[in-house]
Amino acid sequence: MSEPRVLSTDAAPDEAARVIEPARPKLLRGEDHDLCPGCGEPLAVRVLLEAIEALACEQRSIAVMGIGCYTALSTLIDVDSVQALHGRAPSLATGVKRMRPDSLVFTLQGDGDMASEGLQEVIHTAARGESVTCVMLNNGVFGETGGHMTATTVLGQRTKNTLEGRDASYHGHPIGMAEMLAPLGGSAYVARAAVYDARSVTAARRMLQRAFESQLAGEGFSFVEILTMCPTGWFIPTAEGPGYLDEVLGSVHGVGELKVRGELHEHPTEPEN
Amino acid sequence: MTRSLLMGSEALAEASVLAGCRFFAGYPMTPFTELLENFAVKLPGAGGVCINAESEIEAVGMAWGASSTGARAATGSTGQGLALMQEALSEITRAELPLVVFNMARGQGDYYQATRGGGHGDYRHVVLAPADLPEATDLIQLAFDLADRWRNPVLLYGDYLLAHTHEAVDIQPLDFEPLPGKDWALDGSLGGSGRSRSVNPLGMEKGSKRIDPEGLWKRLQAKHEEIERREVRSQSEFTEDADVVVVAFGSVARTVRHVVAKLREEGRRVGYVRPITLWPFPLAAVAEAAQGARQVAVLEQNAGQMIDDVRIAVAGSAPVRAIGGISTDPSSFGIGSLLEPANVRERILCALEDREIPR
Repeated sequence: MSEPRVLSTDAAPDEAARVIEPARPKLLRGEDHDLCPGCGEPLAVRVLLEAIEALACEQRSIAVMGIGCYTALSTLIDVDSVQALHGRAPSLATGVKRMRPDSLVFTLQGDGDMASEGLQEVIHTAARGESVTCVMLNNGVFGETGGHMTATTVLGQRTKNTLEGRDASYHGHPIGMAEMLAPLGGSAYVARAAVYDARSVTAARRMLQRAFESQLAGEGFSFVEILTMCPTGWFIPTAEGPGYLDEVLGSVHGVGELKVRGELHEHPTEPEN
Repeated sequence: MTRSLLMGSEALAEASVLAGCRFFAGYPMTPFTELLENFAVKLPGAGGVCINAESEIEAVGMAWGASSTGARAATGSTGQGLALMQEALSEITRAELPLVVFNMARGQGDYYQATRGGGHGDYRHVVLAPADLPEATDLIQLAFDLADRWRNPVLLYGDYLLAHTHEAVDIQPLDFEPLPGKDWALDGSLGGSGRSRSVNPLGMEKGSKRIDPEGLWKRLQAKHEEIERREVRSQSEFTEDADVVVVAFGSVARTVRHVVAKLREEGRRVGYVRPITLWPFPLAAVAEAAQGARQVAVLEQNAGQMIDDVRIAVAGSAPVRAIGGISTDPSSFGIGSLLEPANVRERILCALEDREIPR
């Protein structure tokens, strides 16, 4: 990319705004997607592709796709992909990486996929120190089925099967995936990102890039959880999605880096540049 | 020819590596365990990987991932462990990936599981059922070839006897017809070119928002019908003038083969058909053998499963009778008295002499 031009804001610009550089990642095929307005998943996938491009790994990446709304995006990403069963992507990624040790191998899963259906898979893959990056898009609901409770749904969150809000005494407690995976011996990099505003999106891209760098350096297992908006599954107006994500999900699933180069952080921290 | 005395599990792992297998994942379970042990010993030295998976579900997932890169991959278990893998096995079939699956079964009660499966949707696996170890070391090489040729899982149906018996074997590499290249195998190299690859069981294609499961399923149906036409294998002996034709597979068939030959020496008009592929089932061979027979007797070590396929094959041209049955040991590993030649002989004589089978 060329150096950004700094425009003066003291006076009206002398020319109308125009696109000076295509901002679309090269690895993104097609112009649009069919996910709901306000969905955070396309944003997360976009920064993931940008992280691959930033590391010049376009021709050595292999994606293992979980099952959820984001699955539909797999046809739009110009990266070799294998489609897994619901919850099983970490095992497939293990087999891929062991046979292609020079590839950048990552999974793309949702919270329903990874934390509900396939929890054992990701825990063992992390403990084994498998040199793959598991990415979990966490919106606290099964978006694809229409907004049902998952293992990460926060207490009080309304879903189609917790109509009055998730009640710990009846529905149990949410799992903090990043907090669970960080202490495992095999995990080298663990972080939680969000995509509710420009700052958090930028941080999400940095975390993905740092996770991929950790994988390429052979440090072990890496994990990035990304909190994403699902206004449809949350039954709220689209415009309220980012705020709800920050306040309701973000207050329980805290954003930041939990483990870097195998070192646990006492408190989640902002990623370094 | 140099023969070595090898345990079945070791010989099968050796023949697999010889056939180019470079990835194995499994979870210990008797009588499959020794196969996993032998892959763990042999694969690293051959440039391969063997993972002691945390469950059978993960084992099949790992093999799925390895296969998607074009590597020759295998997994396995007993029928119990394969029950856990069924969802993946049907999905891998739809993803059109090669995979070799071992069932070191506890007897022959997994015939339905092997030939019908417990997975979702319309799918088929080639199922090879060796009668002894020399045949098994050839069939496992064939399994890797067929899996690549048809881009479809191939299951080898073994048992405790095959896995644990030491036999003298001379494992030689077999020659097969050239295979098409694996241009579908994932290596990441085409990323960003607009031609990146996709291994997908759902009918999704890169660059298209259109999903076509119906087209995929019809293509699979046509492929499976082609396999039915081209890959049937069986062995028949003494069927031309037989009063009784015995149908048996696997370890049981090994004893049947021996007993029938003895009875022939004694002048008894008995023959046998041994399906080597349980799917596709040798319908024509069984039908042909049944022509002119007074009775078709099915000797299987279960409550009666393959007899369904025999009835389909015979299609009423002769009475079909079960002369096998449930037979196992207190550990339920499938080492039952039915495997003893004297008992097999008695049951075949019951068929020849129209006597009741002793219960």
